[in-house]
Amino acid sequence: MEVFWYIIIATVLAMFFILDGYDFGTGIIHLFFAKKEEDKEVIAKSAGLFWDSNEVWLVAAGGMLFMAFPTFYASVFSGFYLPLIIVLWLIIFRAIGLEFRGQFHYQMWKDIWDKSFGVASLLLALFFGIALGNIVRGVNLGGVENGVSVYEGHYFFLPLWDSTFSPLSKTPGIIDWFTIIIGLISVVTLAIHGANWIILKTNSSINNKLKGVIFKLNIVLVILTLFSIIVWQIVNPNALDNFINRPYLIIFPIIYITGLVGLFFIKKLKKDIYGFTFSTLLVLGGITSSLASLFPVILPSINNINESLTIYNTSASEYGLSVALNWGIIGFILLFVYMIIQKRLMGGKVDKMDYGH
Amino acid sequence: MEDMLFYDRLQFAFTITFHYIFPQLTMGLSLLIVYFKWKYLRNNLEKYNNAAKFFMKIFAINFTMGVVTGIPMEFQFGTNWAKFSELTGGIIGQTLAMEGMFSFFLESSFLALFIFGEKLMGQKLHFLTGFLVFLGSWASGWFILATNAWMQHPVGYEILDNGKFVLQNFSALFTNPWLLPAFLHNQLASVVTSSFVVASIGAFYVLRNKQTEYGQLFLKTGVVFGLVSSILLAFPTGDWNAKNVAKYQPASFAAMEGIFETEDAGAEIVLVGQPNMVEKKLDNKIAVPNVLSFLTHQEWDKQIPGMDQFKEDELPDNIPALYYSYHIMVGLGTIFIGVMALALFFLWRKKLYSSKTLLWTIMFLVPFPYIANITGWYVAELGRQPYLVYGLLRTSDGISPTVSSGNTLFTLLGFVALYMLLGLLFLVLVGKTINQGPKPQTH
Repeated sequence: MEVFWYIIIATVLAMFFILDGYDFGTGIIHLFFAKKEEDKEVIAKSAGLFWDSNEVWLVAAGGMLFMAFPTFYASVFSGFYLPLIIVLWLIIFRAIGLEFRGQFHYQMWKDIWDKSFGVASLLLALFFGIALGNIVRGVNLGGVENGVSVYEGHYFFLPLWDSTFSPLSKTPGIIDWFTIIIGLISVVTLAIHGANWIILKTNSSINNKLKGVIFKLNIVLVILTLFSIIVWQIVNPNALDNFINRPYLIIFPIIYITGLVGLFFIKKLKKDIYGFTFSTLLVLGGITSSLASLFPVILPSINNINESLTIYNTSASEYGLSVALNWGIIGFILLFVYMIIQKRLMGGKVDKMDYGH
Repeated sequence: MEDMLFYDRLQFAFTITFHYIFPQLTMGLSLLIVYFKWKYLRNNLEKYNNAAKFFMKIFAINFTMGVVTGIPMEFQFGTNWAKFSELTGGIIGQTLAMEGMFSFFLESSFLALFIFGEKLMGQKLHFLTGFLVFLGSWASGWFILATNAWMQHPVGYEILDNGKFVLQNFSALFTNPWLLPAFLHNQLASVVTSSFVVASIGAFYVLRNKQTEYGQLFLKTGVVFGLVSSILLAFPTGDWNAKNVAKYQPASFAAMEGIFETEDAGAEIVLVGQPNMVEKKLDNKIAVPNVLSFLTHQEWDKQIPGMDQFKEDELPDNIPALYYSYHIMVGLGTIFIGVMALALFFLWRKKLYSSKTLLWTIMFLVPFPYIANITGWYVAELGRQPYLVYGLLRTSDGISPTVSSGNTLFTLLGFVALYMLLGLLFLVLVGKTINQGPKPQTH
């Protein structure tokens, strides 16, 4: 039952990163590459029409995590207190940027909200990557100091950074050189994903240029990925054991590599949807590979006093999990049905769609 | 430790108060939008369709604000109330997750379709999307109220040795005797807010002599919906909730009614007075004897336990705030019935659109249903103190053990600053929308 809910929640979370991921990426591209007002407008629109239904996946993932793994929810949300609240502020800034830019037709008004949309998107992509880096690296569970737990074994608190900025420190912070690398991977991945979304959904004048950008970013991504695998070995020598012990998990890295390879052919692809599909594989493979490397652990402990959090020691009762299946499966199917209806009704390029209420 | 509790509570109170400005309008307004759209299907008068679309614009602004201020609410269960989440997540996680999965999704998907898809779908389907938005927003209220009802009156649970609450009976969460009265009261209160908003915009148009056709339509609709919902709010739903409090939380009942000493026979109902916590009495009291006993138990002489019957640590920790919230809510509710009844009388005599004083009154009353709604929630939440889960888990035992008060103060200040900005933007946008009015723009 725990495994089942783990898979559901991981799927919903992956959907969130795929869907909201493209609108984060759209923001990053908007910030660096959109120069003309028509392009800015249409790019903002390609995110603005969809962000709120994409963020529903975050709310759903949060709710299900709360229900199925309450101890994990409590531990992680309080332990990552500051970055989570900052993420909330960024989400708010991004949303109001998207919703309010079209409300007045003054250039200054639009410039302010364009920047807030772009910068918040960039920082969110970075922070979500850093968060993933923290999960993969593990935390000082129980807040152990000199061999003694300060808190109950499943609680911790991370400062934003530790003076060493090193993941090898006994008390690493949220931001260290390892999590920064993962953060950068996230930014580059989502920028590629967002660029593909723009190409797919708009007729902006920079579409052709973006294909070149994707190609270059993809080279950067290959380098970063290889580099991260090497340093991952330093941070956690057993990082890849799961893939050796459970060979079927290799499917997830293969998904990632397929996306990576496919994107090198971006200029030759016949349909725009292929490019977006490859970057979707990239996001999906990246998230699932990271989670699979830990399974069934969901938050590793970096001290040897308190054990890691797993799906088994943080879950709700058997009855609760099974009764929730009844509505969970219906809800899960509905999420997909709503999404498909919405994407179909708002299919095609967004340039001509009426926006700005 | 005390500090941590204080800042965690302050942050939650601030963020939820600000958040609830928006859903209380959208829930009620969705009903009125469905009404306008339905009228349009029936009589094919363009003004009803324009009214529905106009209020959907206002709805959309409020919905965006509700979403962006709502996500922090879900997060805060984990960030600031980790121990509470850990112990009760197996139960309230159910209802909260259902809220996210069913209602929130329904609402956000179909709102977009309602706004963008009218030409695409045809009128009947357009009505259906509006109806689904209404269904989504009311279902959202239902799941949130189910969560709150469990905290007010826990049912269907078992407590393990390690203090964790485990779900025993899923359907009990929805048959909780606290839930239905609280839900109906809450939804009616949101209809009151939106009726006042609709009537108030109507009064504004009529007074400005601009878009008067719509002004009159809004006034008429707002006044009828407003009167019906205000009456139902007081009776039976308000009465029903008060009886629940008297039955399940007698200590809060004594505190909110301001009964310091138990009387031998019937209890009096306090109309005016200020709690004096030093001498344990009400200053400047005006009260009517025996009425409270009658209202609560339909017996004039039935004894009602006062605060002297309860231990200090069983009583709500902020009695004056609870007492004032309750009396403000009840007082305002009574005024709403009076004003709306008067307005309906004038409407019937065909004098409403020309009675300046009444129109000004209606226009300026608009903040007060918001205040009544929010103080109503304060009654529920302050009344539940000193518990998170009534009688079982104390508020002081629910906070995150690792988050220091300094960190919470930092984030609280951030929220205050950000929400001030949001509030300002919100007013500008709503003001702009109202100023444009429902009449289609001719370019």
